[in-house]
Amino acid sequence: MKALICIGHVPDTTSKIRFTDNDTKFDTTDIQYIIGPYEELGLTRLLDIKDAGTDLHITAINVGLKETEATLRKALAMGADEAVRIDIDPTDAFFVAKQIAEVFKNGEYDFIVTGKESIDYNGGQVDGMIAEFLNIPSVTGATKFDLLEGKAGFEREIDGGKEVVESVFPFVTSAGKDFAKEPRIPGMRGIMAARRKKLEVITPVEQNLKTEVSKHYLPAAKPACKMVSPDNVEELVRLLHEEAKII
Amino acid sequence: MKNIENGFIDYFNIDELLTEEHLLIRKSVRDWVNINVLPDIDKYNHEHESPVHLIKKLGDIGALGPFISEKYGAPGMDYISYGLIMQELERGDTAIRSTASVQSSLVMYPIQAFGSETQKQKFLPKLAKGEIVGAFGLTEPNHGSDPGSMETKFVDKGDHYLLNGAKMWITNSPIADIAIVWAKNEEGVVKGLIVEKGLEGFTAPETKNKWSLRASITGELVFDNVKVPKENLLPNVKGLKGPMMCLNSARYGIAWGALGAAADCLQTAVKYSMERKQFNVPIASFQLTQKKIAEMLTELTSAQLMAWRLGKLMNDNKATPSQISMAKRNNVFMALKIARESRQILGAMGISGDYPIMRHMMNLESVITYEGTHDIHLLITGFDVTGIPAFK
Repeated sequence: MKALICIGHVPDTTSKIRFTDNDTKFDTTDIQYIIGPYEELGLTRLLDIKDAGTDLHITAINVGLKETEATLRKALAMGADEAVRIDIDPTDAFFVAKQIAEVFKNGEYDFIVTGKESIDYNGGQVDGMIAEFLNIPSVTGATKFDLLEGKAGFEREIDGGKEVVESVFPFVTSAGKDFAKEPRIPGMRGIMAARRKKLEVITPVEQNLKTEVSKHYLPAAKPACKMVSPDNVEELVRLLHEEAKII
Repeated sequence: MKNIENGFIDYFNIDELLTEEHLLIRKSVRDWVNINVLPDIDKYNHEHESPVHLIKKLGDIGALGPFISEKYGAPGMDYISYGLIMQELERGDTAIRSTASVQSSLVMYPIQAFGSETQKQKFLPKLAKGEIVGAFGLTEPNHGSDPGSMETKFVDKGDHYLLNGAKMWITNSPIADIAIVWAKNEEGVVKGLIVEKGLEGFTAPETKNKWSLRASITGELVFDNVKVPKENLLPNVKGLKGPMMCLNSARYGIAWGALGAAADCLQTAVKYSMERKQFNVPIASFQLTQKKIAEMLTELTSAQLMAWRLGKLMNDNKATPSQISMAKRNNVFMALKIARESRQILGAMGISGDYPIMRHMMNLESVITYEGTHDIHLLITGFDVTGIPAFK
């Protein structure tokens, strides 16, 4: 069985976010990149399934320029069998989904796993769009995933409970939290083995852009905290009324 | 502004001298330490217990014998990778780094370098996986800095060697499955023996009541007419060169390990100084605090560069024992000074177990003495540049 796992190349969660070019572009200076946490859980679950004895070939895929290869190498070090990089700066979700759908069509894969959303732009669109391009089922935000006889089983969190879903192959699913227990850390042997694994670079297919970013805004800076003495309730009430204007 | 509070301290962009693989190694071991070491390490130190369950996990992640050949189930990495692993483990606790150091440099290294193929096949894969634990016996009750005067000896009894003597201050000896023991033969030549647990007359009592390395098990190795099988002699080395080559590898790892402990102390102090207010301003506003921070960062950066350069020399097989001595001595002293200065920045909070500084400081008091004392390493450098041995 062959799986395609999308690997997001996203800023480390402790990064300081800044923008350039009149706030239309993300400033990548001093930014450390990681595998998107949901994709990391997705890959971990696939590796767990493989380790439990299922014959599963895992291909990590990413749409990005050369600098994303370190992130793909980490996926290989974690245990993915091979990697594919589609050599172009990813623009919008439609564009990315189109590229991945093309690879899927040409590669005899059985299913695709993505993260439920990227942690940089929080798009959450690629999985659904891939499913549309390929006309295959999509199970979003799965919290449990198993390969069953001739089909796959999922659980999803829904309002006030859980939904149990099964799907035939092929399908797209996006990994939510709990897809795997905790992300696998690459071991030293895995890091060395990754050297010998194939990382194929392929050219993208043409696709016109459907959207463009006109501006980014950072959240307003949090105002400084004012400390009020516990025995000065009058002052607290005055501040809440006159400054915070919430009472 | 250069933020050194989080992540990896890299004031001189030394990361640019590392490969993409090195960075992944460092990050992976850091993640491993954050999950497996940091949550409980203070408790283990308080209780003077060792997290022995981590030995198998160290094997799983590939931190035992990282530079040992893949042929024997180890990762087969370069010496900079080994250094980075030691750095991150010691950021967690010196006890964890010590276990990995001993297993890698003092047990696996001599078996690979001086052992027979049968010995390599028998022991290295299990040591690499952490399925068995190794110890290294050189120091004796009466012979520390002067190992050449060792009293432990063995005699050839035809079908076995008969071993007598005692070693002390041996990391992991009470839990070790095998010990690499350096002893003199009948001609007075130092040779290495692999002594396996369970041999009659071989005991390894624990040394208790330590105020340093409290999460590491330390003990003795006592040999009372122990019959060691002849096939357990390391065939390919004789003389003190054997243990000294092991110590070179271990001291190199310590030079990197110290960077991890130092960086943890410095980051704790910088963070604290930005948050702690006195006279209505963060204490980082005061010149004396900034002086401490700036001096610590300068020392750490110099030590990082020394470790990196030594790693390149190790990779090219060009590092001299004197260079290794200099780096071990410099970097451990640097770490101890940073621990002490950082403790000052935290004031009274510095002695609290809520922060890692006092624990690192106590550990480093062992590190500055083991594997060649601070003074002996200085004399090695003195000997190297004058040609006159001051320790004889």
